[in-house]
Amino acid sequence: MQMIRDYNWVLSVGTFLPMLGVLVLLVTPKANEAAIKTVALLTSIATVIVGVFTLLNFNFDQAGSMQFVAQTDWIPVIKSTYFIGLDGISLPLYLLSMVVTLLVVIYSLDHIPSPGNPKAFFVLMLILQTGMAGTFIAQDLILFFVFFELVLLPMYFMIGVWGGEQRQYASLKFFLYTMFGSALMLVAFLAIFFKTGAESFAIPYLVENGGGIAKNAQVWIFAGMFIGFAVKVPMFPFHTWLPDAHTQAPTQGSVILAAILLKLGTYGFVRIAIPTLPDAAVEWAPWIGGLAVIGIIYGAFGCLAQTDMKRLIAFSSVAHMGFVMLGISTLTSFGVNAAVFGMVAHGLITGMLFFIAGSVKERYHTLEIAKLGGMLTQVPRLGWILGLCSMASLGLPGLAGFWGEFPAILSAYNPADGLNVTVYRTYMVIAALGTVFAAAYLLWLYQRTAFGTPKNHDHHDLHDVNTYEWVAWLPLLVAIVAFGVAPNLLFSIIDPAVQETLRAFGG
Amino acid sequence: MTLLASSAAAWTAPVIDYHAIAPEIVLAVGLTVVLLVDLFTSERNKWLLSALTGFSLLGAALPVLTLALHEDSVRSLFDGRYVVDEFSLVMKGLFLLAGYVIVLLSSSHVEEGDYWRGEYWFLLLTSLLGMVMMASSRDLVSVFVALEFLSIPAYMLAAWRKRDPKSNEAGVKYFLLGVFASAVMLYGMSLLYGVANSTLLVDISKSIDLNGDFAAVQALAVVFVVVGFAFKVSAVPFHTWAPDTYEGAPTPVTAFLSVASKAAGFIALVVLLLTAFPEGRDVWQPFIWVLSALTMTIGNVFALRQSNLIRMIAYSSVSQGGFVLMPLAVAGGAAGEAALRAVVVYLVVYAATNLGMFGVILAVSRKTRSGDIASMGGLFSYAPALGVLLTIFLASLAGIPPLGGWIGKFAAFQALLTEATPWAYGLAVIGAVNSVIAFGYYGNVMREVWMRPVPHGDNSAIVTPSSLRIALGITALATLVFGILPGVVLHFGDMADLVGAFGG
Repeated sequence: MQMIRDYNWVLSVGTFLPMLGVLVLLVTPKANEAAIKTVALLTSIATVIVGVFTLLNFNFDQAGSMQFVAQTDWIPVIKSTYFIGLDGISLPLYLLSMVVTLLVVIYSLDHIPSPGNPKAFFVLMLILQTGMAGTFIAQDLILFFVFFELVLLPMYFMIGVWGGEQRQYASLKFFLYTMFGSALMLVAFLAIFFKTGAESFAIPYLVENGGGIAKNAQVWIFAGMFIGFAVKVPMFPFHTWLPDAHTQAPTQGSVILAAILLKLGTYGFVRIAIPTLPDAAVEWAPWIGGLAVIGIIYGAFGCLAQTDMKRLIAFSSVAHMGFVMLGISTLTSFGVNAAVFGMVAHGLITGMLFFIAGSVKERYHTLEIAKLGGMLTQVPRLGWILGLCSMASLGLPGLAGFWGEFPAILSAYNPADGLNVTVYRTYMVIAALGTVFAAAYLLWLYQRTAFGTPKNHDHHDLHDVNTYEWVAWLPLLVAIVAFGVAPNLLFSIIDPAVQETLRAFGG
Repeated sequence: MTLLASSAAAWTAPVIDYHAIAPEIVLAVGLTVVLLVDLFTSERNKWLLSALTGFSLLGAALPVLTLALHEDSVRSLFDGRYVVDEFSLVMKGLFLLAGYVIVLLSSSHVEEGDYWRGEYWFLLLTSLLGMVMMASSRDLVSVFVALEFLSIPAYMLAAWRKRDPKSNEAGVKYFLLGVFASAVMLYGMSLLYGVANSTLLVDISKSIDLNGDFAAVQALAVVFVVVGFAFKVSAVPFHTWAPDTYEGAPTPVTAFLSVASKAAGFIALVVLLLTAFPEGRDVWQPFIWVLSALTMTIGNVFALRQSNLIRMIAYSSVSQGGFVLMPLAVAGGAAGEAALRAVVVYLVVYAATNLGMFGVILAVSRKTRSGDIASMGGLFSYAPALGVLLTIFLASLAGIPPLGGWIGKFAAFQALLTEATPWAYGLAVIGAVNSVIAFGYYGNVMREVWMRPVPHGDNSAIVTPSSLRIALGITALATLVFGILPGVVLHFGDMADLVGAFGG
């Protein structure tokens, strides 16, 4: 794989800039809320500026190569290095994490959830940002592991301190599930390290040499990684932490969780598990595909049964991530392209839906669907935005969601060599049915909440979308439409990197 | 008479390398001075004692440093019975620094209590001297003497609050089980001497090969010695003294026992396994495997059920011991060096983290006067700095990057998996599952700190004495640096060459 080392400081700056903000926040007095908000805002703006600089200097003609590569000693004794880089798969996710954090900070300027304490809230959010960005650029398994774990504690506290009624249960469940996965993942990382001759933890090195491991061992190592990543995605049957975590998390936590954290899992499959263990990937793929379509149908049925709007959106994540995993499980560049597009699209759309849910809760003091209704007459702009996002989420052509979902289904028609075509075509049919259910639950949600006559006659807190919300939401809405109309903006970056990643499977 | 005369004539005074034993000399002088000063100072000036103790420890650390920087990295005294090598220097440094932090943790506690201060510092220094000696002992006799040297003052320290029945219980339980363990070990050692006709560990390694007429006796001797140390490091099923002793002893003493005393037990075990019994590994490897799996699991399961913070820590420290044992289950063969490194790294990181946690507990209990986990409720809301520090230490103990603990766990897993056997992988999976269970109780304390209300709504501030603050600063810094730049601590592990092991 080709490495481009120009501007090799830029990723480190982008990743660790939020930590600088954390240090400044730590010395800012707790009582001075205005200063705290300013520091958090400036830090996240500066991070996005570094992100834009990265984008402008990205060599789009070589999107398949690692760019901005930096490599230096970190833990020489265990042959782990500080090795970072970015290609066409990482770039969209890396930038998405920066932008979403900025938007969430903007939203939080006006919406600090109870029990307050913006200082701690922003500190945790910025630590989260470093962990998320770092995961997408790490090219060394140990570095990846450290960043992957770095997000755990901040999210645990974000849910546990600022969350809803059942927050303590939900946060602990989130933590234990993810930690269980990552403990086994670490054992798998060590196993692949020793099986490739204990030479290096660098991902490119393991991609070169991982294929030489005996198939039987590969299958076991893949199992460890599978549990680590599948819990994070989350795939059926490891998904049960997700509805609880989402329902109880504060709006900001839900948005970050949906938009970025879930992608750490799918990204792990695309970047690490599949390219380093190609033989095991072929063995595992039908099972992953099977769990993915179960997730699609199960998530959809789960949605139909929900009475709480936020919980419904959470279950829809299970279904959407099912499409992403189905695309990945085909092991074709077509399918993985769709999957990476699906990750970005799901991040934008579901992030947006959780923002809306937060604002509905603030206005109506409930998220119970039966008590909502008539949003279009009471808060028309919010109602229309919900409509747009529901349509995007159900995969309406012309909006971003379509380009993750439809190609993923289509890719199952023709999976990679060595995979059973009949099985995958069955998956395709089931997944296609899933889109019908998706339309059903989302339209039904929209019908019950936005249409009809208002059931809420307490107009005290009812106000339409305010400035903070517009500023936080417009970029997401614009991106949903833009990527829907011109999907090639993304596909052209993703595709070369996917081709490179799947070299072991003949493209 | 003639026999005595002839042996007297044959005896020549050994050449003593005073530089090599300078740390021990400084400590011996220090503890004598503390004892004497205690006799002649009035109550008002007793603060001098803690200062003297601290200076003795730092003073003893100086020659450790000069020895480490000196080009003769290995100094062997008394025909190899007392060896100052890099391994022993790293461990001596650890004991002295941990001892210094314990002095900082203890000083306000000791001065505010109405018990005898001079004796406290004297016993602490004596026990630390035993540990420093243990790091260099390479002979059954010197190992045993060092062990008793470090244990007996510790029994008395555990019972230091003599008008408190719980403290008495702590001391008696610790004493009885400790003496029992010593007896079992001594029996094993006598068998070893019978088989090998030498007390020198390097000589014993030549005789213990599990072959010949005495194979069964050899195996029995190895098992007895390992069981003796299993008591010291509170490995399951020899752990039953730990919770009661930890709960009853004064909190700084608990910190001392769970960090320094335990580390001393582990290094003695490692030295014996790697230098005296490398060829006996067919006996002790499966034994350690079972001990490690049991220790991790049982320690964790019991820790989950505790409502008293110190008891929870006691079980958690039992469970952490299982992780230290983990790499030893494959040590002896090619994985020996990795296992040694993992043990050293784990002990160093664990010392920093655990002492820090005790520091926070001491600070908070000055206000709450309670040992319940619930007494930590809402700590973050009224003492954010202590709350964050406690979170850092707990997360480090749980092994969450980027805090120190993860590199200890990582090194243990790494050493274990250098032997790619199903047994190694099996233990690794047990370890992985246990590290998740452990979060159950560490997370429970975090939940109190961050998410629960303050008990009785008592929001009054906590006054932290400056000595405690320094201790917290040192330990927190170490925990963070070890986690973010693990090369620092792995370097210690890497240079800790144990002379006499691995055919060296």
